[in-house]
Amino acid sequence: MIAPGNHLLTVLIFFPALGALALMILRADDHIWIRRMALVVGTFEFLLSLLLIPGVPLGSVGYKLELSIPWITSPQIHYHLGVDGLSIFLVILTTFLTPISILASWNSVHHRVKEFFVMLLMLEVGVVGVFLSLDLFLFFLFWEVMLIPMAFLIGIWGHERRIYAAVKFVLYTMAGSILMLVGILWLYNATGTFDLVEIQRAIQAGQLVLPEKTEIILFLAFFVAFAIKVPLFPLHTWLPDAHVEAPTAGSVILAGVLLKMGTYGMMRFCLPLFPLASRKAAPYVAALAIVGIIYGALVALVQPNLKKLVAYSSVSHLGFVVLGIFSFNSIAMQGAIYQMLAHGISTGALFLLVGMLYDRRHTFEITQYGGLATPMPRLSAFFLFAVLSSLGLPILNGFIGEYLILLGTYIVHWQWATWAASGVILSACYLLWSYQRVFFGEVTADKNKTLPDASERERFILATMCAVILWMGIGSAFLTRRTAEATNTIRKQMERQQWPAEAALPAPAPHNGAVITVHTLEKSSNR
Amino acid sequence: MPILRPSADDFYRVMPELMWCGFGVLLMLLQPLTKSRSFLATVAFLGAAAGTASSYLAYQHIGPGFFSLIRSDAFSFFLHLLIGLVAVLVILASDSYLSREKLDSAEFYALILFATAGMGVLSSAQELLTAFIGLEMSSISSYILAGYRRDTLKSSESALKYFLLGSFATAFFLYGIALIYGTTGTTVLDSMGNADPNSVLLKLGLALVLIGLGFKVAAAPFQIWTPDVYEGAPTPVTALFSAGPKAATFALLLRIFATVPAATQYWFWAFWILAVLTMFAGNLGALVQTNVKRLLAYSSIAHAGYILVAFAAVSTMAGSDSPDGAMPAYAAVLFYLLSYALVKVGAFTIVSQLGGKDEKYVTLEDYAGLSQRHPWAAAALSLFLLSLLGLPVTAGFFGKFYIFKAAVNSHLIWLAVLMAVNSIIGAYYYLKVIVAMYMREPAEDSAATAPIAFPAAVNVVLFISAVGTIYFGLFPNQALRLLLEKTLIGGLK
Repeated sequence: MIAPGNHLLTVLIFFPALGALALMILRADDHIWIRRMALVVGTFEFLLSLLLIPGVPLGSVGYKLELSIPWITSPQIHYHLGVDGLSIFLVILTTFLTPISILASWNSVHHRVKEFFVMLLMLEVGVVGVFLSLDLFLFFLFWEVMLIPMAFLIGIWGHERRIYAAVKFVLYTMAGSILMLVGILWLYNATGTFDLVEIQRAIQAGQLVLPEKTEIILFLAFFVAFAIKVPLFPLHTWLPDAHVEAPTAGSVILAGVLLKMGTYGMMRFCLPLFPLASRKAAPYVAALAIVGIIYGALVALVQPNLKKLVAYSSVSHLGFVVLGIFSFNSIAMQGAIYQMLAHGISTGALFLLVGMLYDRRHTFEITQYGGLATPMPRLSAFFLFAVLSSLGLPILNGFIGEYLILLGTYIVHWQWATWAASGVILSACYLLWSYQRVFFGEVTADKNKTLPDASERERFILATMCAVILWMGIGSAFLTRRTAEATNTIRKQMERQQWPAEAALPAPAPHNGAVITVHTLEKSSNR
Repeated sequence: MPILRPSADDFYRVMPELMWCGFGVLLMLLQPLTKSRSFLATVAFLGAAAGTASSYLAYQHIGPGFFSLIRSDAFSFFLHLLIGLVAVLVILASDSYLSREKLDSAEFYALILFATAGMGVLSSAQELLTAFIGLEMSSISSYILAGYRRDTLKSSESALKYFLLGSFATAFFLYGIALIYGTTGTTVLDSMGNADPNSVLLKLGLALVLIGLGFKVAAAPFQIWTPDVYEGAPTPVTALFSAGPKAATFALLLRIFATVPAATQYWFWAFWILAVLTMFAGNLGALVQTNVKRLLAYSSIAHAGYILVAFAAVSTMAGSDSPDGAMPAYAAVLFYLLSYALVKVGAFTIVSQLGGKDEKYVTLEDYAGLSQRHPWAAAALSLFLLSLLGLPVTAGFFGKFYIFKAAVNSHLIWLAVLMAVNSIIGAYYYLKVIVAMYMREPAEDSAATAPIAFPAAVNVVLFISAVGTIYFGLFPNQALRLLLEKTLIGGLK
């Protein structure tokens, strides 16, 4: 089942690192070739990632293109990769947004150009690695490694309060992930392996039954790490800072892909590994998600800063994703996966557009703009397109995700769906209102009268983004057919008997502190 | 009465110490004859390297030596390699420092070799008075080394503080030995198997030993001396202090608390509390530091705390039914010491090099914009700091990972969580240095911005520690293979 000959996934992860090495050889002041090289590497990586699509046949169950090589002997850690319907498009989204970000930073990054593109490519390594790892340890490793390039992107090439934002970003994420590490180790103690596939198999076969308390604690250890990343209300406060201070490329990757690592983690780890705890936590999580949806939208509504507005809209949109995941309905979960991708593209496009405005006027304040449709009709048209996609206009991509999520959630809990639906209305309000203030009316500031319209490079970027938005809206079946099996698998993995009664458990180990009791799987052999 | 005559094998078992001491004496004899710094440095380097290499000879002759005064086993082999490596690196890094500060070479190197020999004795000692001799050898050399810049006030303060407090702690240690001898009738660790673990005197003795050794590894509440001593000592010496004696002392602690059954049972809470106090004392202290040298000093307190977490795990496992169960916790301690030594020596070497004459430039402001002036030094220092922080693909990550694992294995979830909290606090101040180097602009007229030369020997040190840090961060297997040997600590009951 595991063919050791298949190295596509390895190549996918490490090709950008190779590209980054190649960049380092170039002369530091040779900016043009550095950019070209980065773009070539990014584009080639994207084309490579398209090979995944034939690699995951329609209707196939389980992980494809698996590769498992022993890496560390004590404890047993495997370099175990694999792709399925859940991760495939997230990988492609990553490889798609990276060349777009490289292109978007063409003229807006002037100092330490080489390091910038090296960091961007290293970030891609980490993110792709996260999506493809099937070993908990390996997953954690990529999860942590990816922090550093992102922190540097924010901290070196960001705006005024960049250092504060970068440090906050790292500390927040690390606080969650180090607890996840303790959780991973605890799980290892219970199962004797870091291998996700094996653990899932054991859980499904009923070989591994975690006691109620343990499962809930473990669920929380994982969930909090992911919730910080998503970010779920009230753990979201790092996000607006990070977004506002990050350079455009950083924001695009951050909103487009990094946030999805959280929701991906919930679907990949929280639900299948801790199904009963997930069920138990679902109402609370859903409540937080709904609060996030409405809170994010309300804050976005009163935001004077355009970039912060888009950032808060992310909090709101990601709330939908979390809601969809924790409704455990297959339609809603499909919608959640779809919404992850759609949000990546449409919010990515919005950040690109906001970045382009910033390149021209060096401000994010909405009051500084107004009537921009007159000097730059093309840019404003693209902006409108992205706004409409983000607020969920039918035919465009944002609609399908939100619709599926609301539909699926409605079937299970109509109250949740009702509350969440108010977020859709609010998103139309804040997006359209801000669009109106920025682009319509008279040109209020003299500086704005002479702003240049979108350049060819910018038009190319935006047209690509808009084409994808439209394609995702029309050809959504291409995506959903491939993600369907993944959601079914997760739902199947969640079907499990109840927690065993307390009396049926073996006596707890005689020791202070928390206690692990586990029914058999191979007992961890400590060597 | 039989005549006690050591066999030839016994001399092989102390070959590293003989080498180190022999070369130390040779250096002192050479001092009046030559003024050539590079010659003396070469001799010192050869001595340290020869001693380290000859630890393989000792490893070939596994078993107790000198009538159970010492014991050669995989454990002592690993530690000899480790402290030998530290000595080699420190000597390599010292040459340019000594000529910059116009300090005598020969005595300096000789003292480093003597200290290293002391640590060697400490890590293979199987008998408490021998351990005491090792401790004194390394301590007394350290006191002198700390005050080696004797015309500098801070250096003298460092030496005096270290000496006064250190002797006090040594007295505790000695008194502890006396009490242990009083209850068990022996000072040989192997022979204490039948000691009554409930004896109050024995407990008291072990507690005093723990205090004495706790001082040496800078465990809270015995850590007060650390920042001042580390700051005042010449930076290469600080590198030595933070890596070598700590490793050797932890080794002795492990040996005592692993081989003496009476010692393993009651010490769980002592280690638990020591670990928590030490982690918090180190990390909270480091938060407010602006002097990089002091910051690293506090960080080494914090790291002693992390290692003590593994000790708490050891002490729960050792008493349990399976003797094998304790092995990963030992391995965790030793692997951590390895990763930590590599990183600390590398980091302090950079600090020493960037300090300039009289170590003037050691504050965070002086490091601002370092990535522009010395991109490689900044990259290397970042790597070391990230390893201290415990980020993957560095040796420090695996070190921390194994300690976490040992703690979770022993069901010490709360201790693991507290360690996690401390890692986050630690992340903040390590990031502060990285932020200064990469994200801040240097002060306009700062003299610290003058380019500083990195001599070849220093580059070699940085290269070795950086490559080691990454290598053990990717492939810890090699080191672990040795550490997971069943007979790691010979004579283990």
